[in-house]
Amino acid sequence: MFASLSDRLTATFRNLRGKGRLSEQDITTTVSEIRRALLEADVALPVVREFTAAVRERALGAEVSGALNPGQQVVKIVNSELVEILGGQARDLRFAKRPPTVIMLAGLQGAGKTTLAGKLAKWLKDQGQTPLLVASDLQRPNAVTQLQVVGERAGVPVWAPEPGNGVGDPIEVARSGLAHAQDKLYSVVIVDTAGRLGVDTEMMAQAAAIKDVVQPDETLFVLDAMIGQDAVATAQAFQEGVDFTGVVLTKLDGDARGGAALSVAKVTGRPVLFASTGEKLTDFERFHADRMASRILDMGDILTLIEQA
Amino acid sequence: VRLRERLSRSGTIGRSLLSILSRESLTEEDWEEIEETLLLADVGIGPTTELMDRLRTRVQVLGTKDAASVREILREELLQLVDPTMDRTLRTAQGVGDDGAPHPATILVVGVNGTGKTTTVGKLARVLVAEDLEVVLGAADTFRAAAADQLQTWGERVGVTTVRSDREGADPAAVAFDAVQAGRTAGADVVLVDTAGRLQNKADLMGELGKIKRVISRQAPVSEVLLVLDATTGQNGLRQAQVFAEVVDVTGIVLTKLDGTAKGGIVVAVQRELGVPVKLVGLGEGADDLAPFVAEDFVEALLA
Ligand SMILES: Nc1nc2c(ncn2[C@@H]2O[C@H](COP(=O)(O)OP(=O)(O)OP(=O)(O)O)[C@@H](O)[C@H]2O)c(=O)[nH]1
Ligand SMILES: Nc1nc2c(ncn2[C@@H]2O[C@H](COP(=O)(O)OP(=O)(O)OP(=O)(O)O)[C@@H](O)[C@H]2O)c(=O)[nH]1
Ligand SMILES: [Mg+2]
Ligand SMILES: [Mg+2]
Repeated sequence: MFASLSDRLTATFRNLRGKGRLSEQDITTTVSEIRRALLEADVALPVVREFTAAVRERALGAEVSGALNPGQQVVKIVNSELVEILGGQARDLRFAKRPPTVIMLAGLQGAGKTTLAGKLAKWLKDQGQTPLLVASDLQRPNAVTQLQVVGERAGVPVWAPEPGNGVGDPIEVARSGLAHAQDKLYSVVIVDTAGRLGVDTEMMAQAAAIKDVVQPDETLFVLDAMIGQDAVATAQAFQEGVDFTGVVLTKLDGDARGGAALSVAKVTGRPVLFASTGEKLTDFERFHADRMASRILDMGDILTLIEQA
Repeated sequence: VRLRERLSRSGTIGRSLLSILSRESLTEEDWEEIEETLLLADVGIGPTTELMDRLRTRVQVLGTKDAASVREILREELLQLVDPTMDRTLRTAQGVGDDGAPHPATILVVGVNGTGKTTTVGKLARVLVAEDLEVVLGAADTFRAAAADQLQTWGERVGVTTVRSDREGADPAAVAFDAVQAGRTAGADVVLVDTAGRLQNKADLMGELGKIKRVISRQAPVSEVLLVLDATTGQNGLRQAQVFAEVVDVTGIVLTKLDGTAKGGIVVAVQRELGVPVKLVGLGEGADDLAPFVAEDFVEALLA
């Protein structure tokens, strides 16, 4: 596999040690290693470009610090830039002033929306909310059954008036689900939708129509952490299509480096709210920008390295 | 042709490459843009750097600055990496056991979560049925909510039997065994076994997969292990392929969701590292959206 960034930078640092100030050549070498590492972590190319430019600029202007050698300074700069972008607009889930709070989930096929619906429902229920799950994916074979099973596991009711598998109108289900929740005084409505591609204009219009009828307080873009360079195009398509308010990163229990998080946060300016970390209902947590930064750049090691120096 | 058509509606990236390459002669910026095209297709920084080096060398040797020929060289180099000479046929012929009795070809479908395994099984069954083969499906995903129902729906859609357990959490190896046995008894040609999605870094789940394969082999040798990779997957795809290949000896790759904007360039590295060919591509959610992998079309789409 790839040599980790910390390995490479350790080598670079060796040459930098003892210097008072970084030469332009030093910075170029370090920045090019960082570029490589970002690309290996699947950070989108336009974001890599912008990011390394910002790092270079800050590194050139960096004050000489007594405690840190120049290479370490660059690493600190990289880390703080990463955390700033990833955690920039960090915030909690927004609840409606007058319940029910409506949360709509959208994303590519297989991203983890239905699983997340169950996790969110359980998480909210444990906080004393009374969620209702709404089965608006009437396309994928047995998506409705899947949500029903998930709802049962979470102990949360599911609004599923249509069988799915191509039968029924997802917009109408969303509308009637919201009406039902209002009528029965549920405090949160979570709308599961079918997976769709950014380029599928018809399906994107359908998502927009669902959004129109339920007027969600949060529209969450569910994104697989394993995604590569397509993250930006897809995120932009969903931003145009449904103007999501937050991002959820899934499958973070894997060993993908998750550069998509940085890419999407940077390009859309929308905060990552949650991390999905497994197949079980409880594998779900708030998103931690600092952990993600270390993960993307293998920074855990590097920060230790700085401490050791 | 179909792949190219579908892919051509995807990228703005590609257009830029075409426009660079139609220029009179290449500047340093043009070279950078060529590199970016490859990176944006998820080819990865390693293979991309190698490709660029080879391209520069060949262009220098030939002394050409003519854009059309540079494009042709790049296409050639990529094509060599993707290797059109690989055998990409599926082994679907019945075998003969030690006892002299015929047994079905068994195809095990594996991969990480949500890549399109179950859908691929459904589509592949459709293709095989159209070839007049008798097919049985085995629902060895006993874990994910409604996974067996999903496969059964596909089975009904394409008119084949699905062997499943009614019990959630049943032993997946036992279900796979039953499916192959049922296929054998029925004299089926092919048994397609769907498995639960699992991340390659989960040792216990990978161990379970190894067991599924071993248990099936007691009925009949597994003729194909298809690893389903999602075209949107980035550099982690190589890791997936490496670990799955180690555990169950993957014989072919299925690259799904090529109907989106993602190019699936990670399979270049996968094929090169593991020597395992991409055999099929997924181009949609419908029963007919499965096609053979054609190296030339794939390369064209990467650069288009
Ligand atoms: N390991 C792991 N698997 C996950 C996670 N989230 C979801 N999954 C799995 O990913 C697969 C797809 O999840 P779904 O919830 O069905 O995804 P979806 O977005 O609803 O899919 P479609 O409705 O088909 O678009 C399933 O196997 C889930 O169990 C996660 O955080 N970690
Ligand atoms: N656009 C598109 N969608 C696809 C393709 N193949 C599968 N899908 C969709 O991707 C989602 C996941 O597909 P599944 O077949 O359930 O994936 P899986 O690998 O079996 O998932 P798990 O069993 O949960 O790990 C579904 O919504 C499918 O309809 C494809 O080639 N193109
Ligand atoms: Mg779903
Ligand atoms: Mg499946």
